[in-house]
Amino acid sequence: MIKHLLSAGDLSKDDATRVLDTAEELLGVASRPIKKLPTLRGRTVVNLFFEDSTRTRISFEAAAKRLSADVINFSAKGSSVSKGESLKDTALTLQAMGADAVVIRHGASGAPHRLAQSRWTRGAVVNAGDGTHEHPTQALLDAFTMRRHLGDLDGKNITIVGDVLHSRVARSNALLLHTLGAHVTLVAPPTLLPVGVGAWPVETSYSLDDSLEKADAVMMLRVQAERMNAAYFPSAREYSRRYGLDVARMGRLQDHAIVMHPGPMNRGMEITADVADSDRSVIVEQVTNGVAVRMAVLYLLVGGADTDTEGDA
Amino acid sequence: MVAVPASARTVLDDQDISRALTRITHEILEKNRDSAGLVILGIPTRGVHLARRIAERMSQVEGREIVAGALDVTMYRDDLRLKPARALEHTEIPDDVDGKVVVLVDDVLFSGRTIRAALDALSDIGRPRAVQLAVLIDRGHRELPIRADFVGKNLPTSLAEKVQVRLAESDSAESGERDHVTIVQSEQGESA
Repeated sequence: MIKHLLSAGDLSKDDATRVLDTAEELLGVASRPIKKLPTLRGRTVVNLFFEDSTRTRISFEAAAKRLSADVINFSAKGSSVSKGESLKDTALTLQAMGADAVVIRHGASGAPHRLAQSRWTRGAVVNAGDGTHEHPTQALLDAFTMRRHLGDLDGKNITIVGDVLHSRVARSNALLLHTLGAHVTLVAPPTLLPVGVGAWPVETSYSLDDSLEKADAVMMLRVQAERMNAAYFPSAREYSRRYGLDVARMGRLQDHAIVMHPGPMNRGMEITADVADSDRSVIVEQVTNGVAVRMAVLYLLVGGADTDTEGDA
Repeated sequence: MVAVPASARTVLDDQDISRALTRITHEILEKNRDSAGLVILGIPTRGVHLARRIAERMSQVEGREIVAGALDVTMYRDDLRLKPARALEHTEIPDDVDGKVVVLVDDVLFSGRTIRAALDALSDIGRPRAVQLAVLIDRGHRELPIRADFVGKNLPTSLAEKVQVRLAESDSAESGERDHVTIVQSEQGESA
């Protein structure tokens, strides 16, 4: 197993399957009277969130607590970061507190790599979303949710729709799903596909209507208005009409196909409320599965012996 | 599968194992009067196979279907930090354990640490009326105050020896051997 989880692309098929299998066992903990395992007792997990987040931070917090770890939540707002402290100094402070794992979300792509490759902290680094780069635990929980509904993902067709350009979820999913043998199709307006998408292990399409029939799962991405500093599409209504998932489009999916969304949703924009609340939607289940997957990641990274091989992160 | 070394000595063959399990089944029923309030849980991996065999025998004696469950203790072990994180085994509790008599089943009872972990795991699942322990082999060298209620065979061993249990369900797929228990000389004296 790898020491840090920085990119979904770092996971081999065996590693990814191990995380998913472990999560499968840990999912049962949520339905027990005592939703807690003593495994990470005495270990410290720091949630280092430089960007706003509700579900990811809460999910990691719940995961760490269910494994009995001590959790320290750190968000940039109201901390020394707003006084101008650098990532390095923040990391050194955390190291001095003895963090065994650092879960980091940062607005800058590559910040978790910087943290992992520096000697600033000795803990395992888990990327909880960096800029527009990657969000590997989201990809793992998406793959986990798909696997529970569709079985082995080998040969399955997954369609990912929307703002791929700003989506770390799309990139991590593309890499992980490719590792697991699925065929990924990215559907977006040309302006919302990243430069260099040709090098990704995916197909691309500009038409959602052409990509519905074959899909085993459709993942709608949030239109990330906060990252958009230019007009990527003429109007919200036009986007919604061409790339939004409504009941009519959902009706053209195969019977077993599921609808996913990493959240938070813009209801009425990329997905209509009817679809989001339909029984094909596994969006709420994704959140439940997120805790189990993150427990698996934390357990596999910090639950065993310290692999204190300095320097070869 | 490694070939059985020359120093290995077979202490139980498939017949012995079968007879021991039949006797344990009857002892469990005798001690608990009947099977109604019993939950049989095996500790992965070989304990689960043994638990299923015991449940099978019990079903025949009692004339109704009795299913054994599985209780993975990995997350409760006290030696997690000594080895890299291991894969988890499947936990499957067939019935509510509250107020029941739980019979834990394992292949070899050695230090008692696995059973300690199992007791902790069990207390997070519910509150059994009582917990009993059935093992195929008790090899001694306890490190905790734990004893078995039902023992297939007491096997006095030295710490330099290793007890290997091989069962058709988990081990014979490759080797095609019958069930057996062997004692092997080892340098470290470690066992399941």
